[in-house]
Amino acid sequence: MKQLRRTMLYVPGNNPGMIKDAGIYNADCVMFDLEDSVPVAEKDAVRFLVNEALRTLDLTGKEYLVRVNALDSPLGIADLEAIVSTRKVVVRLPKTESAQDILQCEREIKRIEREYGIEPGSTRMMAAVESAAGVLNAKEIAAASPRLIGIAIGAEDYVTDLKTTRSASGVELMFGRSMILLAARAAGIDAIDTVYSDVNNEEGFREEVRLIRQLGFDGKSIINPRQISAVHEIFTPSLKEIDKALAVIEAIKEANRKGSGVIALNGKMIDKPVVMRAQRTIDLAVASKVLEKERENA
Amino acid sequence: MKIKNAALAGTMESSDIMITLEPSKEKGLVIELDSTVEKQFGRKIRRVIGDTLLEVGVDSARVVAVDKGALDCVIRARVKTAAYRAGGEECFHWGGDIK
Repeated sequence: MKQLRRTMLYVPGNNPGMIKDAGIYNADCVMFDLEDSVPVAEKDAVRFLVNEALRTLDLTGKEYLVRVNALDSPLGIADLEAIVSTRKVVVRLPKTESAQDILQCEREIKRIEREYGIEPGSTRMMAAVESAAGVLNAKEIAAASPRLIGIAIGAEDYVTDLKTTRSASGVELMFGRSMILLAARAAGIDAIDTVYSDVNNEEGFREEVRLIRQLGFDGKSIINPRQISAVHEIFTPSLKEIDKALAVIEAIKEANRKGSGVIALNGKMIDKPVVMRAQRTIDLAVASKVLEKERENA
Repeated sequence: MKIKNAALAGTMESSDIMITLEPSKEKGLVIELDSTVEKQFGRKIRRVIGDTLLEVGVDSARVVAVDKGALDCVIRARVKTAAYRAGGEECFHWGGDIK
């Protein structure tokens, strides 16, 4: 079954209370942060805390990631040692500017896998792009390693690099988001959108989630558990969409049985892209547990 | 590992524990604990602190722990952080059994 990444909940890695509770919420993915939310003086402490938590807590039912510090400082390498050795998480690399950054991170991960007797290639990665250069290199970044499961855009640093600010419409992010999405699709990996910082503006948040779903994103980074339900609601196929998808799949099965070439449903032609979209809707509905596997095959 | 100077790790926030480690002239570990759950878990917390220190090679130190309901994994993390800070060590091997 497809790993859902509709919601990726940021959890500051130096907060034991939040780490303890992170698994309680129904976010698809939890991301412990060792980077921007942690003061420099606590970088050593956060490694011990997240390492011990990952070894101890029950991590079943969700995907766990850890955002490490960039590898252009000694912090990033030390973070990788503490995290990769647990064998439990996806490494999220921040501020990725080029394919070289991914390859450098992969080299370090390979070395750590060797040193700790971890199966080579088993540690997966995710790249976050947060600058103009990163967005322009998105295609190469997304295709740089088979370990990559997704690519994300980090808007705060990106708009600062563009010499602008974030607006309600998100017009300044259109090019960046589109680049990330195209790069992800071309490489066959997931595309994850940036955070929405104003947790009290629920309508603004919902509008942004509707926009990124329409663009084609797989999910969104979130900073508060309160944001989970809105994203899941918008990203989960509606009953109407599911019924339509099931009807398309049934029509194609019927046509195959009869050996007919051209297929129509309610007067509309069904071709390959329509079937692919219908199957994707069903897969998402099954993964989201709004459609039972049996009914899909009924 | 030898405790060279006093060091502190953790906070007074809920679910955390603040560990202060100091060098001790005497052999052995002296653990002073102040915990919101002292009555129920005091013995267990002391054991986790002691075991973690022995695990990182510290067998002589004075420990002051102020616990705010930390899980064992948090106690272990804070003790290790304080020990490495107090010992001035920067290299750490993250191996060991995965639970």
